[in-house]
Amino acid sequence: MKRAPTHSYPGLNLGRRHASADKASEVVTFGFWVFLMSDLVYFGLMFAIYITMIDAQAGGPGPHELYDLKSIFAQTLILLTSSLTVGLAMLALKYNLPRARIVLWFGVTLVLGLSFLVLEIRDFMAMADKGGIPQRSGFLSAFYGLVPLHGLHVATGCIWLIVLGIQLRLFGLTDRLMSRVVRLALFWHFLDLIWIGIITIVYFGGLSYG
Amino acid sequence: MTTAETGFFGRLSWDAFPIAGLIQTPNANEIVANSAAAVVLVGVVAVVGLLTWFRLWGPLWRDWLTSADHKKIGIMYIVFAIVMLARGVLEGVVMRAQQAAGPGDGFLEAEHFAELFSTHGTIMIFFVAVPFVFGLANFLIPLMIGARDVAFPVMNQISLGLTVSAGMMLMVSLVVGEFSTGGWTAYPPYTGAAFNPGVGPDYWIWAIVVSGIGTTLTGINFAVTIYKLRAPGMKFMRLPMYCWTIICSSILIVFAMPPLGVAALMLAADRYLDFHFFTNDLGGNMMNYANLFWLFGHPEVYLLVLPAYGIYSEVFSTFSAKRLYGYNSLVIATMSIAVLSFTVWLHHFFTMGQSALINAVFGIATMLIAIPTGVKVYDWMATLYRGRIRFSVPMLYGLAFLMLFVIGGLSGVILANPTVDYQVHNTLFLVAHFHNVLLPGVLFGLLAGYNYWFPKAFGFRLNEFWGRITVLLWTFGFMLTFLPLYFVGLMGMPRRSFSWENPDFHPYMIVAVLGALVILLALLSVIVQLWISIRDREKTRVPVGDPWDAHTLEWSIPAPPPPYNFAIIPQVTDRDDFAAAKERGAAYPTPDAYEDIAMPRNTGIGFLLCVLSGIWMFALVWWIWWLAALMTVLIILSFIAWTFQTDTEEVIPADEVRKQHQAWLDLVHNSTPVDRDYEAAPENRGLARPDLEAAT
Repeated sequence: MKRAPTHSYPGLNLGRRHASADKASEVVTFGFWVFLMSDLVYFGLMFAIYITMIDAQAGGPGPHELYDLKSIFAQTLILLTSSLTVGLAMLALKYNLPRARIVLWFGVTLVLGLSFLVLEIRDFMAMADKGGIPQRSGFLSAFYGLVPLHGLHVATGCIWLIVLGIQLRLFGLTDRLMSRVVRLALFWHFLDLIWIGIITIVYFGGLSYG
Repeated sequence: MTTAETGFFGRLSWDAFPIAGLIQTPNANEIVANSAAAVVLVGVVAVVGLLTWFRLWGPLWRDWLTSADHKKIGIMYIVFAIVMLARGVLEGVVMRAQQAAGPGDGFLEAEHFAELFSTHGTIMIFFVAVPFVFGLANFLIPLMIGARDVAFPVMNQISLGLTVSAGMMLMVSLVVGEFSTGGWTAYPPYTGAAFNPGVGPDYWIWAIVVSGIGTTLTGINFAVTIYKLRAPGMKFMRLPMYCWTIICSSILIVFAMPPLGVAALMLAADRYLDFHFFTNDLGGNMMNYANLFWLFGHPEVYLLVLPAYGIYSEVFSTFSAKRLYGYNSLVIATMSIAVLSFTVWLHHFFTMGQSALINAVFGIATMLIAIPTGVKVYDWMATLYRGRIRFSVPMLYGLAFLMLFVIGGLSGVILANPTVDYQVHNTLFLVAHFHNVLLPGVLFGLLAGYNYWFPKAFGFRLNEFWGRITVLLWTFGFMLTFLPLYFVGLMGMPRRSFSWENPDFHPYMIVAVLGALVILLALLSVIVQLWISIRDREKTRVPVGDPWDAHTLEWSIPAPPPPYNFAIIPQVTDRDDFAAAKERGAAYPTPDAYEDIAMPRNTGIGFLLCVLSGIWMFALVWWIWWLAALMTVLIILSFIAWTFQTDTEEVIPADEVRKQHQAWLDLVHNSTPVDRDYEAAPENRGLARPDLEAAT
C-alpha cells in the first residue's frame, strides 16, 4: 500500500490549518534545507581542521588549561532550552494560537540566545586571560575558527528573530511570514545540532584526548 | 606598516598606481602593465560614453540591471564571461610571447609574469567558465523544464551581482596595486603575510570568497529549481540530458564550494588577524590548505565540464536528427562522475608526502573516472552513427571536442599514475593536459551552446560562415598552442617559469606563440561573427522559435521567449516531448483558456549588493577599516530592508497573454516548414519540417 505524502517538504511544517502557506513554502523550505546542507559542510570542515590541529599547540595552552566545562554546561542548557522555546513558537503557529504567543516565544528565544552569546564571550575573554588567543598556536586558531563561527550563526539567528518579530507585528500572519517562521525554526534547531557537535568534539574530545 | 597603524585611506597611496612605476623605471615590463591598466580605463570610459551617447542608461537600468528575469540574468552572465574571456586570452598570449622570447629572461619581470599566470587562471576558472556555464543554465533550465522562472529569482540576481563585483576586483587590481603572484591556487605559506605582505593575495581572497558565495547561491537555486519546478509529467527520467548535468553541477557546488570558502577565509584570518592555520610557525599546517583547496578544486572541474557534456548531448542528438543514444547510461555516467569527483582530490599533490598506498588509492580512483567518461564518448558516437548529420557550427565544435577531448582525457589517465606523475608534475605537460580538457571540453561546449541557443535568446541566427571560421581558428589555435606543450613538458620544462635556458625548448615555444596568435584571431572572429550576425539579423530571424528541428521544450515557444516563457505550462508525456509532439503533428496546440500570470517584479537589490560588496572588498584589500565596517552594516541593512517588501510580484493579465500567444500561433500556422537541409537559408523562420528517427 502506498501512503499518500502528507507534506511537500521535510521537517517542520505548517500543517493542514495553513494549507496555502504550506504549499507556498514548499519550494523555499526545500531550498533552505539545501542551504543548511551547504552550511553543514562548512562546519564539518572546521571540525576536521580542529581535529587535525589538536596537537598543534606549539607550547601554548591546551584544552585542560583553557576549557571551563561549568560554563559550557550552562551554555548547553540555555541553547537546548531555546530550541524548545522556538519549537513552542512553531507549535503556536501550527495550532493557530494568537499571534502574540508566537512573538512571546520568539522573545524568550531571543533572551536565551543573547545569554548564550554573553556566556560564550565571557569564556573567550577568560581564555584570553590565560594566554588562549588565536594568535598563539594552530590549535587555538582552529578553536577560534570553529566556535565563534557557531556564535556568529547564533547572532545571525538573534537578528533574524528581532526582524521577524517586527514583521509579524507589522504584517500579521501572512503566508510569506509563516514560511519564514518555519525556516527560522529550522535554522535554530540547526544551531543546536552544531552545538552538540561542538561540545562533543571540541570540548569533550579536546579534554579526553589531551 | 601593520594592520593597526593605517590612515584614512588605509595603505592606499600613489605608488599603488602603475603609472608611478612607469615614471620611475620606464621599460617593457612597465609598458605592458600600464597598457593593461589603460585598456581597463579606456574600456570603462568607452562603455560609459556609449551608454550616454545612445541614452541607454534608463533602458539598461529598467530592462536589465533590475530585472529578475532568468533569461536576462543569463545573458548578463554570458556578456560578463566574454569580457573576462577577452582579458584571459590576452594574458595567455602575453605569457606565450614571454616564453617564446627566450632562452633567457624575455621582456617581463618575474613578478609580472607570476601575476599574469595567477590572474589568467583565476579569471578563466571563476570569471569565464563559471559565469558562462551558469549563464547558459540560467537562460535554459526554466525553459527546458517548462517553468516560468527559477525557484529564487531575486537570489539569482544577487548571485550575478556578487560574481560581477568579485570579477571587477580583478579589473581594479590592474589599475590600483597588483594582483597575487601565488597562482590561481594561492598556496600558503607563500601567500601568507610573512612572504607576501602586499595587497595581491588579498585581492585573490576576497574575489574568491564573494564569487564563491554567489556561486553557492546559484547552485542552491538550480538544484531546487530542477527538483521542484518541473512541468507536470516531466519526470526525472524525462529531463533533457542538459538538465541532468546541471543538477549534478548544482549538487557539486553545494558541497564543493564550502571547502574553498573555508580555505580562503582561513588564509584571510592568517593574513589579517595573525592566525596560524597555514603559517610555517606556531603549529600552522599548509597541507590543510592543499587538502581543502583541492577538495573544492577537483569537483570544480567537473562542475564545469558536466554542463558542457550536457550541451554536447543536446547538440549531437539535434544535428544528427536522432534521439540521444543511451540516455539511461548517460544519466548514470553523469551521476557517477559527480560522486567520483569527490574521491580524487589528492591527485593534485601526489608529490607532497603521502604514503605510496594513499597515492595508489587516489590514483586508482582517478582512473575510474575514465570509465563513465568513456561511456559518454561512446554514447555520443552511437548518437552520430547513422544519423542524418548536419555539419552546422555547434556540431563542428562537438566533433572537434570528441577527437581532442579524448587526447586530453588520456593524458589525464597517464597523470593519474603516481609514478608517472612524479616525473611530469609541475611541468608544461600538466598545463597541456588541463588546457586540453578545458578548451575542447568546456570552452568549445560553451561556444557550441552559444551558437545553438543564440537564436532562441535573440530571435535571429548567428552567421554560419563566420561561425565555421571561428571553429577552425579555435581548433587549430588550440592544437598549435597546447599540443607542443606536451612534448616540451616531457622534456622537463617547468610550468610557470618566466625564463628558461635549454635551447631545445625554443622551437616548441615558437609554435606555441603562433598558436596563441591564432587563438587571438579566434577571439576576434567570435566578435566579428556577432557583429555580422547583428548587421544581417533581418535575414536570419526565426520568430517561430525552432530553427534546428530540436527536441526539447525550450524550442516549442517563440524566439525570443516572452517574459513568462510559457503561455500555458506544458503537460509533458515523453522524453524529448517537443520532438514527439512534432512527429504526432501535435506541436503548437491552441489552448482552451489562459490564466493570469504572476511574475517577480523588478528590484534593485542585486545591483545594490554588487556595488556595496565591491566597495567592501576594496576596503578590506586596502585596510580602509571604517569603510569596510560601513559597508558591512549597509549590506546587512539593505538585505533586511529588502525582506520588508511585500509587493514583489506583478500580474500579467490573461487577456494580454492570450493576445500575444494567439499572434504567435497565427505566425506558426502561416509559416512554411523548412527542411533541415535549408536551415542556414533565409527561408528558415523557425518552423521545422520534422523527420526525427527518419534516418534510423
